[in-house]
Amino acid sequence: MKFSGRVWKFGDNIDTDVIIPARYLNTSDHQVLAAHCMEDADPEFVKKIQPGDIIVGGVNFGCGSSREHAPIAIKVAGIACVVARSFARIFYRNAFNMGLPIFESDALWGMVSEGQQIDVDGDSGKITVAGSGREPLAVNPIPPFMQELIHDGGLMRHLSLKKK
Amino acid sequence: MGMTITEKILAAHADTKEVHPGMLINARVDIALGNDITAPLAIGEFKKAGAATVFDRDKVVLTPDHFTPNKDINSAQQSKVIREFAREQRLTHYYEVGEVGVEHALLPEQGVVLPGDLVIGADSHTCTYGALGAFATGVGSTDLAAAMLTGEAWFKVPETMKIVFSGKLNRWVSGKDLILYLIGRIGVDGALYKAIEFTGDTVKKLTMSDRLTIANMVIEAGGKNGIFIPDAVTKQYVRKRAKRDFTFYASDPDATYAQVIEIDVGAIEPQVAFPHLPSNTRGISNVGDVKIDQVVIGSCTNGRIEDLRVAASLLKGRRVAPYVRLIVIPATQEIYRKAMREGLLEIFVDAKAAVSTPTCGPCLGGYMGILADGERAVATTNRNFVGRMGHTGSEIYLANPAVAAASAVMGRIAGPDELK
Repeated sequence: MKFSGRVWKFGDNIDTDVIIPARYLNTSDHQVLAAHCMEDADPEFVKKIQPGDIIVGGVNFGCGSSREHAPIAIKVAGIACVVARSFARIFYRNAFNMGLPIFESDALWGMVSEGQQIDVDGDSGKITVAGSGREPLAVNPIPPFMQELIHDGGLMRHLSLKKK
Repeated sequence: MGMTITEKILAAHADTKEVHPGMLINARVDIALGNDITAPLAIGEFKKAGAATVFDRDKVVLTPDHFTPNKDINSAQQSKVIREFAREQRLTHYYEVGEVGVEHALLPEQGVVLPGDLVIGADSHTCTYGALGAFATGVGSTDLAAAMLTGEAWFKVPETMKIVFSGKLNRWVSGKDLILYLIGRIGVDGALYKAIEFTGDTVKKLTMSDRLTIANMVIEAGGKNGIFIPDAVTKQYVRKRAKRDFTFYASDPDATYAQVIEIDVGAIEPQVAFPHLPSNTRGISNVGDVKIDQVVIGSCTNGRIEDLRVAASLLKGRRVAPYVRLIVIPATQEIYRKAMREGLLEIFVDAKAAVSTPTCGPCLGGYMGILADGERAVATTNRNFVGRMGHTGSEIYLANPAVAAASAVMGRIAGPDELK
């Protein structure tokens, strides 16, 4: 699991109302949700990003509502993974359950600026800021069970594989 | 080693003697809940997995409460998905418009959730049921789909933070003020991944309504669950409502806590959370002159009969300030009926308030009171994030029902004692 992409940087306490405002929750259509991703933080966000880009957030990313529409919007919009200083717990759970790769790193936020290229190696748990000349950063380890979820492609697939 | 109430409930549902913080467990759920926003995604996942029937039709609960009565064609489609699923699965606890209420007010009221239960809900405010001495936490739609299928969910056993409230509550200070004060003190991630256990001599005297309000908002501090040790107040509340057995758990005296915070409630006045975080709190005496455009009294946080009684006591014989809108939303049909019988609805209408059928509506910017650019609202709800109730240029101030009612009359944020 390796990602390489441009950074889009957000601050602390990015809540799920900002990631996908409730006015769009009258649908479960993934494409519609993706079209409004991060709209209340940056109305142009979806137009500006390219597939494979990476969101870097501050503390408590994804706080607020339990809406899984939030990680869905981020993933389907084309964001490869999210690296934040910390995640709110329901968002954290949802991301693993539905298959959006996320990583915790306290140090990265202060080291990158928007538009910079970073490489995230999910297997070794290292993040490299391209051209910085700095040593790769270690992300917080992902518990083995969560790794299993990612490996199996989310919770529902994990359950169906377990049954077999 | 002793266990906390949270650990005991988790252990019992994982069929093991002991659990400790950090352990990953699979546990049986007593209730799995979804609403008109989160359940359609869960039902989609459930069907995609080739599942035919839910694990137990008595334990899967669907409440179309967020955008109902259907606010537009899309929400009508979503409600239809869950209605058809409920019919096809013959769910015992499906609540149609006309009997539905705001889920976290409805389920305790109807005795669907009980002390000792393990409850998951695809709604972040599922933590409300901790007021009854249940372990209850918010999850996403995929978790709900998995639980509907297997009757189980995975959990990391949380550390517990103990909050000890002691002393006598000041006039107009309610459960809402205690929880806002706490969030202001520890921050919106102050209890991240943790259980919050509420104890102390003040807690023993708190009504169930206040306890529900407090547990409701632990998610606003990042908490996994909030919990009260069930007692005589709990017994009184569930006695007439329960239609099945329930268990009272208590924390052991030698249970381990990650942190203990002692709070003297005598020093707390009514709290107001300023935009745009619930932790941005001030005492009512430090609010200053904040003109407002709208007031909302309702929601899973403060839409119960006790909240409406307080609001009505202040609105009686008064009227809402010119150019200000007051929207009152009884959280359930039972509350609506009580408010009607007690004459509260008439007081609201006389005061020029709009009274709505139960819905989450404006709390999450759904409908029934959306704010325009630059508008300010005082709300008894739980979140004041950017754009939560409408335009990203609008502002929400969170407060208790007494402050909300007084503010509606004054046209600015005001404490109840300012009313002449």
